[in-house]
Amino acid sequence: MTPEIALNPELATISRIIVLVALTFFAFSFIVLTFALTKRAGGQGKKDKFANRLDTIGLVLMGLGVLVIGVGVVTRGIAANRVPWANMYEFSISGAFVVSAMFMISLLFKDLKFIASFVVGFVVLVIGSANTLFYVQVESLLPALQDYWLVIHVSVAILATAFFTIGATLSLIHILKESKRIKASKTKAGIAFTKLLKVFPKSEKLERTYYQFNIIGFILWSFTLIAGAIWADKAWHRFWGWDTKEVWTFIIWTIYAAYLHATTTKGWDGKRAAWLSLIGFLAIIFNFTIVNLYFKGLHVYSGI
Amino acid sequence: MSSSRQSKYVVRKEYAEPIEAPDLSLKSWARWLWRQLTSMRIALFLLLLLAIASVPGSVFPQRSADPNGVVLYFKNNPDVAIWLDNFQLFDVYSSTWFSAIYILLFISLIGCVIPRVGVHYKALRSDPPAAPTNLSRLPSYKKLELTEANIQNAAALLKKRKFKVVATKTELRAEKGYLREAGNLFFHLSLIGVLISVGFNGGLSYVGQRVIVEGDTFVNNEAAFDYFAPGLLFDKNNIEPFSLRLDSFSTSYDYKNPANYGKPMDFIAKVSTKESPTSQETKSQIRVNEPLAVGGSQVYITGNGFAPEIVVRDKDGVVSFSGPVVFLPQDSNMTSLGAIKVPDANPKQFGMLAFFYPTVAKLSTGALTSNHPYPWDPIMTMNVYVGDLGLDSGMAVNAYKLDTHGMKQVAGGKSGTKALRLTYGETVELPQGLGTVEFKGLKRFASIDITHNPLDLWVLIFALTTLFGLVLMLIIPRRRVWVKISKTGAEVGALTKSKDKALDKLVKDVAKSLKKKSK
Repeated sequence: MTPEIALNPELATISRIIVLVALTFFAFSFIVLTFALTKRAGGQGKKDKFANRLDTIGLVLMGLGVLVIGVGVVTRGIAANRVPWANMYEFSISGAFVVSAMFMISLLFKDLKFIASFVVGFVVLVIGSANTLFYVQVESLLPALQDYWLVIHVSVAILATAFFTIGATLSLIHILKESKRIKASKTKAGIAFTKLLKVFPKSEKLERTYYQFNIIGFILWSFTLIAGAIWADKAWHRFWGWDTKEVWTFIIWTIYAAYLHATTTKGWDGKRAAWLSLIGFLAIIFNFTIVNLYFKGLHVYSGI
Repeated sequence: MSSSRQSKYVVRKEYAEPIEAPDLSLKSWARWLWRQLTSMRIALFLLLLLAIASVPGSVFPQRSADPNGVVLYFKNNPDVAIWLDNFQLFDVYSSTWFSAIYILLFISLIGCVIPRVGVHYKALRSDPPAAPTNLSRLPSYKKLELTEANIQNAAALLKKRKFKVVATKTELRAEKGYLREAGNLFFHLSLIGVLISVGFNGGLSYVGQRVIVEGDTFVNNEAAFDYFAPGLLFDKNNIEPFSLRLDSFSTSYDYKNPANYGKPMDFIAKVSTKESPTSQETKSQIRVNEPLAVGGSQVYITGNGFAPEIVVRDKDGVVSFSGPVVFLPQDSNMTSLGAIKVPDANPKQFGMLAFFYPTVAKLSTGALTSNHPYPWDPIMTMNVYVGDLGLDSGMAVNAYKLDTHGMKQVAGGKSGTKALRLTYGETVELPQGLGTVEFKGLKRFASIDITHNPLDLWVLIFALTTLFGLVLMLIIPRRRVWVKISKTGAEVGALTKSKDKALDKLVKDVAKSLKKKSK
């Protein structure tokens, strides 16, 4: 019995073009939103009408980008005849879609417009590197990957990463806001930057918001870890074997666990907790790039 | 034994003597240490330490995950490797220092969580705690100027919102979200469950490996394995005597899509199993992501290859060897290497080192290679060696290797005679009157792993309860509300354990309810 899997390289090429169109939308969105932010810092802050209009344009562009990259991801999946989560290119475009879509959805519930330029900037970076560094032609899955756990394990991992991305962005702003060095700086850039930081909400509010993103991320990450273990038990004959990728999943989990403990520990809440939140995210990026590309392990096929 | 008894006596004798301050200071020192260890700050520190300590295991090859990597590391950097090995950096996750960190972490966890279980149990059965003296210090607070506050109305509102409420005429205490702490405790206790079940699982487990050729039957027992690794608590008598016959092994490759032409798509082993020698035979299949559960164990396929059927006859036509020989694959196109040993050959013992090419092709150097893993055009080449095969010495010999040391090569290499070359079904003459060899047929073999982890299910259950506790502790808010009534007005204050924006709104609602006239 030979599995009948038909790949469609032509559609994959079209998908790549669609992704590049989305990249263009995101890039313009980034420019507009960043301009709005600097305009606010120089002007009347939240009341700046021109900046408000720019924000709207930026978010509409971002929304278009979300729709287009959604199409790009789906067509890639159709071209490969499977879920588009088998290599770094596919993880990147799917991740970019999930982060940007989730951000747009959370705008309905929370006032997060002020980090829109950061999020869209990150998305541009991800799609850009996907297209230039990680691009590969569509291929079928190895027998070890042909399983429904791929869908469960990877989709939740991407979703968790999306939540952590927003959490990390907010904690970065929190750290910058609390930085005494920036406040004390008398240079022109320092003064301008201090002004810019005033545009963002108060530290307490930031803290509260990224805590919420991080706890959802943490629950999803725990689920990813357990789902991965269940799958590993089927495919690799053991549920846990300290494979390099397993190690880093564990490290990330531990850092975020430390972050959660820090939020309720005197002397560790506030800025130190913010640092842990940021370090956790950096570990995720490290896990996705350096570990995938340079570390030897069973997850090798998640490379380029 | 005697020395330990003696030392005990010495200790007792010392205790018998009056001790003043030291004992107390030792006790208080121990108490101080315990309090430190079970503090949140230390837990946090140990968590971070655990994260950092895990890193080297991803940088250096580990004996558990990548034994060949370790061997290679020793070969390439012998000086550094010895140094690293002294610090157990090739066995990070079973090293003393890594173990010390997680054991301390779990002691800290137990010391922190167990007392909290009692506290929480008491809290569940008692009234919400009394109001702090100064409500205005709470994170959310409101003062009202009222001549008559309707505390009953506030109590009703809070009850409706699932608070536990105790109200007198002048004071109201309310609390909700007990499941948050319960979830927190549940999460941490489940983690202990995971650790214990993983520990015992490892102890009771075994893993065995075995190569099995199509048509062969394997009966599960320690001696039947090529490799067997039991846990520390493993009991030989508990090994289930199930049997498994490999009926067929098939592979399929992609020929449709140029992008992955010739890539393996699927491996299927069809097997017949019996739970015990007397039970019914069941037919089932094993695939890469579909291990077979039999006799409390899991059977996995970990590899596969070819086992050409070879018949050796002496010059009179008497068969001295017949059967499939396992050839170990050397590359992704299944160029395979096998050793054929003919100890009963007439007139003298000989062995053959044979290469098998499923789809033969010629390299530009003239050497043979295989350019496809499927046997489209299979051939075998053989180098023949005469001499002592080393099988009579009683020493363990690797079945897949031919030790040519002390043997004389009579075909292939520099022997002057060309290596034998056989196509499928062909019989060729051996040199020096050794008889003939026939490439009679082609079977496949599968490498199977049999693992027995009796507590796998418990690990999974505890992992899932961990997740459940985690969701409760992170999603459910815990809140306390107090109302104090004085002659001039009322004060409302609220406290939360989580970061929570809705607290102000709650206080506002309660304040509003106080103003309401009772009907």
